[in-house]
Amino acid sequence: MTTRTAYINARLMDPSCNRDEIGALVVEDGRIADIGAGVLAGGAPDGMAVVDCGGHVLAPGLVDSRVLVHEPGETYKESVASAAAAAVSGGITTICTLPNTNPVIDDVSLVEFMIARGHDAGLVKLHPFAALTVGARGEKLTEMGLLREAGAIAFTDGTAAIADPVLMRRALAYATTWGALIIQHPEEPNLARGGQMNEGEIATRLGLQGIPPCAEVMMIERDLHLVALTGGRYHAAHVSTAAAIDAIRKAKGRGLDVTCDTAPHYFGLNETAIGEYRTFAKLSPPLRTEDDRRAVVEGLADGTIDIVASDHIPQDPDSKRLPYAQSIAGATGLETLLPLVLELYHNKALSLMAALRAVTCAPAARLGLDAGTLAKGAAADFTVIDTERPWRIREDHLLSKSRNTLFDGRPVQGCCLRTVIDGRTVFARED
Amino acid sequence: MLDPAAHVIAKCGGPEAVAAMVGIHPSNVHRWTYPKDKGGTDGRVPTRHHRKLIEAARAQGITLTPDDFFHGAAKTPAPAAAPAADPARFPHRHILGIEGLTADQITYLLDRADGFVALSRSRRKADLLRGRTMINLFFEDSTRTRTSFELAGKRLGADTINMSVATSSVHKGESLIDTALTLNAMHPDVLVVRHPHSGAVDLLSQKVACAVINGGDGSHEHPTQALLDALTIRRRRGHIGGLTVAICGDIAHSRVARSNIHLLTTMGARVRVVGPPTLVPTAIDRMGVEVFHDMAEGLKDCDIVMMLRLQLERMHGTYVPSLRENFHFYGLDYDKLANARPDALIMHPGPINRGVEIDTAVADDVERSVITEQVEMGVAVRMACLEAVTNNLPLPLPNAEPRS
Repeated sequence: MTTRTAYINARLMDPSCNRDEIGALVVEDGRIADIGAGVLAGGAPDGMAVVDCGGHVLAPGLVDSRVLVHEPGETYKESVASAAAAAVSGGITTICTLPNTNPVIDDVSLVEFMIARGHDAGLVKLHPFAALTVGARGEKLTEMGLLREAGAIAFTDGTAAIADPVLMRRALAYATTWGALIIQHPEEPNLARGGQMNEGEIATRLGLQGIPPCAEVMMIERDLHLVALTGGRYHAAHVSTAAAIDAIRKAKGRGLDVTCDTAPHYFGLNETAIGEYRTFAKLSPPLRTEDDRRAVVEGLADGTIDIVASDHIPQDPDSKRLPYAQSIAGATGLETLLPLVLELYHNKALSLMAALRAVTCAPAARLGLDAGTLAKGAAADFTVIDTERPWRIREDHLLSKSRNTLFDGRPVQGCCLRTVIDGRTVFARED
Repeated sequence: MLDPAAHVIAKCGGPEAVAAMVGIHPSNVHRWTYPKDKGGTDGRVPTRHHRKLIEAARAQGITLTPDDFFHGAAKTPAPAAAPAADPARFPHRHILGIEGLTADQITYLLDRADGFVALSRSRRKADLLRGRTMINLFFEDSTRTRTSFELAGKRLGADTINMSVATSSVHKGESLIDTALTLNAMHPDVLVVRHPHSGAVDLLSQKVACAVINGGDGSHEHPTQALLDALTIRRRRGHIGGLTVAICGDIAHSRVARSNIHLLTTMGARVRVVGPPTLVPTAIDRMGVEVFHDMAEGLKDCDIVMMLRLQLERMHGTYVPSLRENFHFYGLDYDKLANARPDALIMHPGPINRGVEIDTAVADDVERSVITEQVEMGVAVRMACLEAVTNNLPLPLPNAEPRS
């Protein structure tokens, strides 16, 4: 027996085909059976469940392409289950996980483990990245082909940069066999060594060792030469500086297969958030200057930056309640991704369609996922969004196991009302 | 009037008023004005009553200060310039850095410290901190600063305890915050903290109920060093505003440099920093200083030459090729010093590396070098800091006072 559910009175927004119309969407057996303005114009037939979306936006479920779940190894910080619950409450239906767990996801059995844990959690769809090098130590390539067959969707050392240019060259070249994507943490590690925050006046005042902003563009420029040399597919994660964005803009102009993403911290905040040694604002890459923040917004507006990912790095209090230099970098982001992306729309930096694109079809397309679209026949993964509702981010209301959000107390506008995965409602806001 | 007790009694409105204020019989108050051989106190108010009397007087709108208790006393003349202790002029609970202090607050601390110099030289102790406990919590090796704080506390009558915590053992077990909570449970009044990481003292201060004085945190601040430097300069030159001060050497790793830059610019001095580009941090000019990489130029016509130690322990990798080369270009010798004003003072926070940043003969030049004077001023300044923060604490519990 097939179950059919109709979502009526919705503002259907699908960035994958620029659909923006009031209409209805019909789900059958977990897939989108029909969608459009004229669908069910005559009313839903008997026996079909009906959900009235109240005129709110119905968009593809968000695809978060940068999440550290800390499972296996540090499940006191986060687990697949807790990350999944946090994700769906923020309208996210797909997450891509970083390999920087303990052990590092560098082996077929570990990729299979991650996929199985995702199924067990039964909420968000989980796609693991595999490490590009064994142990993410940057020395020896992993079994990329086998890992890919096991389900790894891209290769990255996650929070560590591939420093060795020979290794990067080989990785890019080797991956072209399958067209696999290589994701870089773009920071020249020798230049950044010992650095705690962005180099500049604030670092000097605080007596903290700085990381010069050019550490980012240096690594990206080097990689772009290697991409040109090998014909590889390359993605620069969480870009944060004007120079890096400019380098990628030019590379795209030259026709290289290059993309990049950024995280809400880098367009929502600048280095002043560190204040008096606020360790929650310790990130990698570090928060930058206001000029860089504006450049990130411009990069999003002109499409140089393709994707916004949450860069969700949960840390427990014991990793953060330390002197700044000893604390561990990272901030949570799953539940705040949607409202902070909508901030770009409310600030008129991006159209609503462009803002949604950066968190739906753009990451799905780059990673080759069946997600991020409302096309007929696609998996019924979508979210209903009230784009206008004002609320205030509160760390104690977050579902993630860790509370290290940078945005505690920030007034935002727009929230997820309902999240549907494979036709099943996995989250519905009660108030 | 040569009798402080009579002065205090008169100021408070007579022996009966004073007796009521401290809770003793008026005959005991009369006795303060008798000579010792007649069972009196030789014209002094017993120190155990000072604090209570000041508090009670304040409650009645009478301005009574610690100086009143020494008023006219021939043996310990109160320094003429020192103003009375006045919590309103220094309303901070902690002293975590110079940044954020106003010129008046700095002046107040220096004025009070000036008074304590005389007290220290007289080998006398005050008991302004009687009943107070201070803990010196040092996560980094230190002899001079710790000793200086300890002596300052003891000269004011505090109970002082030293705790040295090697950072390695902190890594192994207890976190900084746990250490703070442990000490907090012992109810100290003041914690003096030194830590190898910038911001660590600030973090600790958020977790304790007592006052915290920063004894140096990483490369961030070392406020008492800047204050003692300022006091040394002021006593020699009479003022700070308008002077040109050259801070030379390892600026990048120096908390002393940062605190001094804040203090000297706040007080209206012109500050230059002199050092190789690798040891001058980015954007330091935004702190209101001029940057020189040529020492002769940097010292030209300056009034004060402040040398810093090369902090080799904080350097990872090469910042200067060799100590020999560093001394050749940035070590203070008479040739380079000749560019400064003929009466320019030479300062150094210590410990000195002779032949690395300063020539031995220059360091020992009694005409020019005030390095040992800085050490003396250190104790006085720390007394002033201890007094200033404890004045903002609640009074010690009554049972800490001996009964009358």
